[in-house]
Formats: sequence, C-alpha cells, structure tokens
Amino acid sequence: MSIEELYRDVILDHNRNPRNRGTLDHPDAHAEGNNPLCGDELSLELRLDGDRVTEVAIQGQGCSISQSSASMMSQAIKGKTLEEIEAVIATFKAMMDIQASPSQAGLDPDRLGAVLGDLEALQGVRKFPVRIKCANLAWTTLEEALRSRKGEVKS
Amino acid sequence: MTDFSHVRQDFPVLKRQIHGRPLVFLDSAASSQKPTQVLDVMDAVYRTYYANVHRGAYLLSEESTTAYEDARGKVARFINAGSRSEVVFTRGATTALNMVAFGWGMDHLSAGDKIMLTMMEHHANVVPWQLVARRTGAELVYLPMDADYQLDISRLPDLLDERVKVVSFTGMSNVTGTMPPVAEIARMARDQGALVGVDVAQLITHAPIDVQKLEADFVAFSGHKMLGPTGIGGLWGRPSLLEEMEPFEGGGEMISDVQLEGSTWAPVPHKFEAGTPPIVEAIGLGAAVDYLEKIGMESVRRHGQELTGYALNRLSELPAVRVFGPADLTARGGVISFALGDVHPHDVATILDQEGIAVRAGHHCAKPLTRALGVPATVRVSFQVYNTRDDVDALVVGLQRVQEVFRVD
Repeated sequence: MSIEELYRDVILDHNRNPRNRGTLDHPDAHAEGNNPLCGDELSLELRLDGDRVTEVAIQGQGCSISQSSASMMSQAIKGKTLEEIEAVIATFKAMMDIQASPSQAGLDPDRLGAVLGDLEALQGVRKFPVRIKCANLAWTTLEEALRSRKGEVKS
Repeated sequence: MTDFSHVRQDFPVLKRQIHGRPLVFLDSAASSQKPTQVLDVMDAVYRTYYANVHRGAYLLSEESTTAYEDARGKVARFINAGSRSEVVFTRGATTALNMVAFGWGMDHLSAGDKIMLTMMEHHANVVPWQLVARRTGAELVYLPMDADYQLDISRLPDLLDERVKVVSFTGMSNVTGTMPPVAEIARMARDQGALVGVDVAQLITHAPIDVQKLEADFVAFSGHKMLGPTGIGGLWGRPSLLEEMEPFEGGGEMISDVQLEGSTWAPVPHKFEAGTPPIVEAIGLGAAVDYLEKIGMESVRRHGQELTGYALNRLSELPAVRVFGPADLTARGGVISFALGDVHPHDVATILDQEGIAVRAGHHCAKPLTRALGVPATVRVSFQVYNTRDDVDALVVGLQRVQEVFRVD
C-alpha cells in the first residue's frame, strides 16, 4: 500500500482548489457537519429548482480527505435531481463500506466512474480505516441538508 | 548526552514493525509505552498473590494489601509527599480533578465566586470546573497566554481578586510543552486565599516533582503517561484539604461505619477509594515509579531537554515547519506541537504512520488552547525515556516525505 494510492492527484487538486466554495443567499437547504475527533468542519448550502439542485456552496476546514470529498461531492450533485443524488450517495456509501466486499461495494470501475466521477479517487481511503470518517463527513452533511429540506416541505 | 540507549530494550513494543518499518513512537504525551519491569510485576501479582485488598484475613489478601500500600508509599516518595496517606489512588488525573472540583467545590463555591483556570488547560482541568460552576453559580476566569507561549503572569495581580476561590492550572502543557513557573503562580494564588491545584499529568514524567515545593494544595496525575498502566493515577492533597473534603464516590471500603441514616468515613486516603480499587494497576504504577527512579528524574529531565533541543534544531531545517511553543529549553518539556505548511495535521499523521512513525494530530483535548494558537489542529510529537535522536531523524525524513506528497516547498 503506497501513500500515493490515498493521496491521488485529483484529491490533492480538489484540496488545493476546492470547487463551489462560498455561501448562498437564502439557501433552500443547509446543514453543518463536524468531526469532533479531528476538528473537520463543513457547512453546506443548496439551491433547488423543483427537485433539481442548481447551486451548491461549501465552507469549512479540515484535512485533505474531508475537504476534497466535499469539493468532489459538490461537483457530483450540482445539476442533478434529488433522485439522482440519492443514487450517488448510495454508491459512495457502498464504496466506503469496508465491511462489504469489493463486489458488494459496487467497486466495478466502469460503474463507479460513471456515477461518481472524480469521487472514485477516494476509494484508496478504504485502506486507511481511520480516515473513512473524514471522507464521509460531506456526505452525512448532505444527507442532513436533504432531510432538513424534507422536513420543511412537510411542515 | 545522557546515555539512554539501554532503556529502549526494556520496552518490548518498540521491537515492532509498522507497515514494514521499525516503530518510531512519538505519542507518549497521550499515553506512554510500558517497560518489561512493569509488565512483569503486574503479571506476577495475578499469578502468585492476587486477592482483594483491605478485606481478607488470609495470606494472599495480606500480600496484595501490602503491595498495594507499598505502591502508595513509592508514589508518595516519588513526589516527596509528607506521608503516604496524602496520596489517594484514583482512576487517573481526570478523576482526581473531578474529585476536588466536586468534593471541595460544591461545598465552598457559590454565586459571585471565581474559579481561575488558564488558556493552556487540558479539557480534564476545564470541564469538571465548568460542571461545578454551573451548579454553584461560580464564574470561570482564564489566565491568558503570552506571545512566547507562556502563561502571562503579569496579568495575575489584576485577575487574582478576592473573589477567586480556587486556581487550577497545568504544570506542563500537553500541547506547547510550556512549563509555567508553578511555585510562583501558586504562591500568588495562595496569598490571595485561593485553593491551588496543579495538573501534573505531563510534568510528572518529564521533570522531578516535589509537592512540598510546589506551594499547591493538590496535584493530579495519571499512571499511564509515566510508564505505568491505564486505570490508575492519583491525587496528592494537603492533609487539611483531604480531611475536610467530602468523598466524591461512596461505596465499600471507604466507610468507617454505615447506619441506615448515614455513614462515617474511613480515614484519609481510604475515604476517597470507594469500591475495589485497581489493585494490580496501582502495584504496576509502583513499579513504573521504581523504574523512573532508577534512571533518576534529573536524568530524565536532561534527556528530555537534550532531545527537545535537538528536535527543535532539526525541525528548523524545514522552512515550512512552524512550532507552537517556547524556544527556551528551561521553560518547556519534551512535547512539541507544529504545523507543516498548510498540510492538515491529519494528513501529516497518516503519511508518517506509513513510515512507521506514530504522532498525534488534532486539538489534543485542549480546544481553547489550539483555538488561541489560531489553528484547528496541530501535529504533536512527544518524548519519553525510550526516544532517541534516531527517532527525531526519522521524523524529519518522514516530514520530508509529507512535503513531497503534498508538494510543499
């Protein structure tokens, strides 16, 4: 296991030049996540047009894995419908599930690339279990933001 | 340079390979490794004379009790306590601090009173006082840090008013390595009539401690940071404090008599040791104390200073390294926190781990301090008797590797 399998160029690039940074005026959904153990922090805001996410804005600080995961996630969900986003979330979670075997986890490279884009670069994190939490932070925050929106719709 | 090369052989875990490389253990401030001399003593208790203490009228219990109380005596001698009854065995420094915060604080603090802590405290010396402040209405005040990572004692006369009833502070920061002038601060606080406590969880394994010279009313420490096992530590208290303080926990072994309406307490220190204590751990701590005394705490201090000086020099070869801590080796111990360019400490720690080097990354359970440093987290290396210059050299090579991966100039 070489360290370059974890820190792939695409991860370092997203860490250095994070996409969709900033805030939105009156976002339709938002959530904040943090990882008390390492101090990673993330704030996520979404603009929706119907059931399509049209804008994503992220603020936060943390390690390269948490920040690049958030940046890549923002690209992967922008412009997608909520249903499409659920599929991305499910695929990403399966990729990060170290209990599952690679085939169960859906680690078919063609499929991963098609659904996750750059995010497939994070599969190296599977070999570094203590860092999986870092990779997941953006995703648990996204789920929370989506839940908060659903809650608003209900009320 | 003190010769500590023989010391390494006493620590079996240091023979391990990590990711195919020899272990370089630089996280002893979190918890230290244990020498064979401690492991063997603990093993022998279980194998040859284990029984509950202070209870049985049979030989094994007598032997266990004697070893347990002897361990108390060793700890008392190690910190130069007036007598062994001034040493209460606890689960660790955290429990010791909670014991005083609740056992003394609940009876002596009320609205309008102040509890003085410092910006350098470990959460163990912050959160218990916050809990007690919430229940009593007392306020918390914090002594700030100056630009050289020292406690700003010039602020003391101003902050130490007659409302300050207790001052509790660290003897050595677990983040910056800073060793504040304990006796000087304690004297000023005592002159103001405050109860004074020192968290020596780090200091106790980096420098000789003489509680009779610290001018404090209580000190708290943990065994596992000083080559002993987990689950054991201690509270040293002035006899008058221990006498007047209420027990923090009730249960077996801490009573003199139990009636249905109430009970009377066993004499100090037993009134603070409810339930079956960590017997084997206490005896193991005694063995750790023997081990440190054999090396000599003056030598331990010299070794730590030499290694820290060497490490600070070597780290200064890397322009991207920024150290958060005093440069003056007489005012600090063997704990060094730093940043490496803008690489996040967790990424540094992961890459170092691949090189077999164990360091800590994070806020080190001292969030107010890391916040004051202006960073979300730091990388921390810390030294023990088993560390050598080779470990520091390996660290520098490891950090160069981090710079390669993250393309730090």
